[in-house]
Amino acid sequence: MSGVGEILLEAKNIGKHFGGVRALRDVSLTIRRGEIYGLIGPNGAGKTTFFNCLTGLYTPNGGELMFDGKKLQASAPHKAAQRGIARTFQNIRLFGNMTAMENIMVGRHVRTRTGVIGAVLRDARTRAEEAAIRRRAEELLHYVDIADRADDLARNLSYGDQRRLEIARALATDPQLLALDEPAAGMNGTETEELRVLIEGIRNDGVTVLLIEHDVKLVMGLCDRVAVLDYGAKICEDVPAVVQHDPRVIEAYLGGAVA
Amino acid sequence: MIDFAALKRDRRAALAATAGLGVLLALAPFLIGAAAGATWLRILDFALLYIMLALGLNIVVGFAGLLDMGYIAFYGVGAYLYALLASPHFGLHWPVWAILPTGALVAGLFGVLLGAPTLRLRGDYLAIVTLGFGEIIRIFLNNLNAPINITNGPQGISGIDPIHFGSVSLAKPIDIFGFSLPSLHAYYYLFLLLALGIVFVTIRLENSRIGRAWVAIREDEIAAKACGINTRNIKLLAFAMGASFGGVAGGLFAGFQAFVSPESFSLMESVMVLCMVVLGGMGNIFGVILGGALLTILPEVFRHSAGPVQQAIFGKVLLDPEALRMLLFGLALIVVMLYRPAGLWPSTRRRQEFKGSAA
Ligand SMILES: Nc1ncnc2c1ncn2[C@@H]1O[C@H](COP(=O)(O)OP(=O)(O)OP(=O)(O)O)[C@@H](O)[C@H]1O
Ligand SMILES: [Mg+2]
Repeated sequence: MSGVGEILLEAKNIGKHFGGVRALRDVSLTIRRGEIYGLIGPNGAGKTTFFNCLTGLYTPNGGELMFDGKKLQASAPHKAAQRGIARTFQNIRLFGNMTAMENIMVGRHVRTRTGVIGAVLRDARTRAEEAAIRRRAEELLHYVDIADRADDLARNLSYGDQRRLEIARALATDPQLLALDEPAAGMNGTETEELRVLIEGIRNDGVTVLLIEHDVKLVMGLCDRVAVLDYGAKICEDVPAVVQHDPRVIEAYLGGAVA
Repeated sequence: MIDFAALKRDRRAALAATAGLGVLLALAPFLIGAAAGATWLRILDFALLYIMLALGLNIVVGFAGLLDMGYIAFYGVGAYLYALLASPHFGLHWPVWAILPTGALVAGLFGVLLGAPTLRLRGDYLAIVTLGFGEIIRIFLNNLNAPINITNGPQGISGIDPIHFGSVSLAKPIDIFGFSLPSLHAYYYLFLLLALGIVFVTIRLENSRIGRAWVAIREDEIAAKACGINTRNIKLLAFAMGASFGGVAGGLFAGFQAFVSPESFSLMESVMVLCMVVLGGMGNIFGVILGGALLTILPEVFRHSAGPVQQAIFGKVLLDPEALRMLLFGLALIVVMLYRPAGLWPSTRRRQEFKGSAA
């Protein structure tokens, strides 16, 4: 696709604290179009907090986020989605009592327009839009390989399928940047491998991926570049091979493990 | 493979059921009028008003998951609006076709007004704030008779124009080709028409982008935001839609009764409508209709039978029928909620939900 390699997201000195806890300290990073960018770090390093700032759930205490050349409005999650940032959650957040299909259809909300009048009159435009929503949702069900669960409630899906459904729902918003918060958590080896293939496919389809993950093998095999957070600060950013051998990174992980 | 034969059979069965229901609804006032008399016909008319209210509240509570305990205020707004625009009180006599849409609109605005400050609240906090709002409206209605007399205070407004279309008034028997349609029957058909309209609108909304957004907010507000739903607007829309149904029902009520006073819009009424929604089956339109009908009719059955039944069994009336009525009513609520926690006729969604949590 066009524009591969240009800057998609630029975070400048993002800070966030909760009372005395400084969850993010002047974090700056740039993500380029078309890459898979890894964000790693020990527990409590601030990775999820960064996601929350990026997607408008938290308001950063300082710094600036530039997305696709324009400033991102703080604390407006629906606008972040509108701009093309989609995410999944560390603790899966599906609409449990909606079917898998409906979950994905909700993801189309931001790209569709039907209002009350259209919904009530169900005019030609509304019918066409509704049909397109269904078509796209079905496509995505197949894309993440859970088409056979289309009519099951999300809460009744297996853990792995729930993770996949959450990704499909995020993709339904037509994102430019897909942010995945520990998608492999709780998955076995086969499931993780399938996930790797899925994420690679998503990137190849032109979506930039930001990946938080504890599974080092997955991160190292998948990511073009990796940033490491420790105690809210970015301590390293490079290609996986370099990051893996960076003494500060080893120290952060070992220090965390010993403490 | 699609079994076309079965599909055709199903469609035929559905058509037959719909036609049967249609005939039943059309004949209902005559059957009930003949079997039970005008008192029960009146109760039937009221049941339709309560069904409209329950359907409105269902949008807020059942779909969007926002616990609104002051819903009756919108009924009050609709009713007073009708009373002010069509009575000797201000000497205004607007036609119905102008009042009802205005009532829907004004009640909808009140819905937004109530919704706006509560957007960040959920569950019990929201319940308390909305409860306060409902009471505030009632207290305003009670006290807005001085310094300028707007609502006529606790005495209420009487002499309200009956619902009429041109020279045809529903308060008097209507002559149709030599056949005379009694007033209560005429009101029944009007209310039925509007209730069906509300059912139609609700079903259309439920199966749309808007309806899905409501349910998504109920299920997980943060995830809904992350999906790009402007939760503020969509919640306000739920409040406005629900309130506007209440406003329409209120207007009809005022025209039907020819009298409104603040005591018709007490907290107890809000609780009653909420019971209809919960007991019938939150989120399922047909369950809510059932809840509305049952909870209007059952207390009346208790009221009318409590005295005579005691007389027959004990030879005298031991317990005050009015007290016994509420007792039985409470008992019925408890039994239903114990044995059918998802409501009498829950949505498939909620049925699975309760099955899941029980397992
Ligand atoms: N809403 C909040 N209120 C208070 N403190 C918070 C909040 N969110 C995060 N924190 C704190 O900020 C720090 C960073 O948390 P965060 O969830 O971002 O870590 P993480 O890198 O995602 O860790 P993990 O790998 O365990 O998911 C932690 O000390 C956490 O306790
Ligand atoms: Mg985290």
